[in-house]
Amino acid sequence: MTINEKQDEIIEEFDLFDDQLDKTQYIIDLGKKLPPLPDYLHVDANLIPGCQSKVWLNSELKADTVHFEADAEPTAQISRGLVSLLIRVLSDQKPEDVANADLYFIDRIGLSNLVTSRRAGGMASMIQRMKSFANENAL
Amino acid sequence: MQTATYPTLDLAQIRADFPILDQLVNGRPLVYFDNAATTQKPRAVLDALAHYYEHDNANIHRGIHALAERATSAFEASRKAVQSFLNAREAEEIIFTYGTTDAINLVAKTYGRTFLGKGDEILISTMEHHSNIVPWQMLCEERGCVLKVIPINDEGELLLDEYEKLLTERTKIVSVVHVSNALGTINPVKYLIDKAHAVGAVVLIDGAQATTHIEIDVQALDCDFYVFSAHKLFGPTGMGVLYGKRALLETMPPWRGGGEMIKEVTFEKTTYNDIPYKFEAGTPNIADVIAVRNALEYVNTLGKDTIAAHEHELLTYATDALQTIDGLRIIGQAKEKVSVISFVLDGIHHEDTGVILDQQGIAVRTGHHCCQPLMRRLGIAGTTRASFSVYNTTDEIDRLVKGLQRVKTMMA
Ligand SMILES: Cc1ncc(COP(=O)(O)O)c(C=O)c1O
Repeated sequence: MTINEKQDEIIEEFDLFDDQLDKTQYIIDLGKKLPPLPDYLHVDANLIPGCQSKVWLNSELKADTVHFEADAEPTAQISRGLVSLLIRVLSDQKPEDVANADLYFIDRIGLSNLVTSRRAGGMASMIQRMKSFANENAL
Repeated sequence: MQTATYPTLDLAQIRADFPILDQLVNGRPLVYFDNAATTQKPRAVLDALAHYYEHDNANIHRGIHALAERATSAFEASRKAVQSFLNAREAEEIIFTYGTTDAINLVAKTYGRTFLGKGDEILISTMEHHSNIVPWQMLCEERGCVLKVIPINDEGELLLDEYEKLLTERTKIVSVVHVSNALGTINPVKYLIDKAHAVGAVVLIDGAQATTHIEIDVQALDCDFYVFSAHKLFGPTGMGVLYGKRALLETMPPWRGGGEMIKEVTFEKTTYNDIPYKFEAGTPNIADVIAVRNALEYVNTLGKDTIAAHEHELLTYATDALQTIDGLRIIGQAKEKVSVISFVLDGIHHEDTGVILDQQGIAVRTGHHCCQPLMRRLGIAGTTRASFSVYNTTDEIDRLVKGLQRVKTMMA
């Protein structure tokens, strides 16, 4: 699936909920399913700066795609859910597609306030880091 | 303008005085529990701001026309209102600043730079807001002074024995918060002031969180400086007060230079104005200064005792109600507290708590509350803080409790 197909799929899933609290519940549940990073990837070099809660991101080139894995503090469940959505959309895609991705799903599922303001630094810098890794590895 | 009187606290009437409270947030009636960050403004304050710009706007102290006269006398009437609110000896001891932060910086940059040197000590406490830490650190870097810190116990109270040990003849400034914004602790400031004076130190009290809850009498306290922000006292943002004893203010050089703060300017030499103008360079925030008087009148009309009694009831009610929640731990259990409750929920990040409460229309503050060293001392990353004001109700506290139950089920 392309990045946009994945985004559309997520938008459809979130369309099932009218209430913001139900959407948040869904994100939390996604966070619970996010597998923890192996210990050797839990290193400071992988820490995303600016997050109130700790988030680690590991980026690798696998064949001709970029592969991301991430983790967040176990108590920060909303962060974990947001992280898992970003991984789902951007991992295992071509570097140039990641670098140029327009992440419209964030707005469409009503998460922009979570992603851009409060977790501010946080999710925005995670996206930035994913994109710049992709950029470095783009053809 | 007629001022309402409140023989007893009429909550419906009080809530009606604050138009902002009547709104839906995320589809639910707003519960505003972030009063320690800033309180909402009563209609009287909003009206005063509009009235000033609609009728009296003019630059002050310089004009000879009618508007300038009206603006100037309203501005100076506000100074007198603050004087009587703090029970200062003279109106000239009241300097308008743009907040607590600005007032502390003023003292550090003028008194501090003039009278402190290498090896002199500044004493603050573990529970200070960053605005009562950083200006002193900057002074220490500049002048080679040393910052010392009064420790606290696990309940969030100052260790007074340790305080006395830290006081020496090298202590030049003691700068302590009257009421902790993160924990609600009320510090025994009179005691701190007397002990500091005994070693010849001057004392600054950060009253940012105290003025709404506690009767302030700077003469009885005998503090050298007392600072607060109007916006935590139902007044406008970006507006605050430095009270200083005349004898000290007169020995302090001005900080910012410009209009208003001078007597005479020549290219060779400028002579400075008297206090308070010496410290009020440039055109001040006239409208907001004027509206502060309305905020103080609002408090005086309700009566501080009445406000305090209501807030105490809310604090007690909330403390009992929150303690019924499994896994909730109140941070800050001082014997003397204002209506601020900080807490952590076992296994749940405070940010998540804040987001989910917001989605239920409940505004709280989460994080370190500009008190990172305090959080470090307590061994936590941050807390969720609910802070209550005169317009809050026990029904709203019930909403908070339900909201937190919801947080817990969602996270389970
Ligand atoms: C105890 C304390 N000191 C200082 C400040 C800073 O006040 P302002 O931001 O209005 O300058 C605050 C405000 O949060 C406070 O609570």
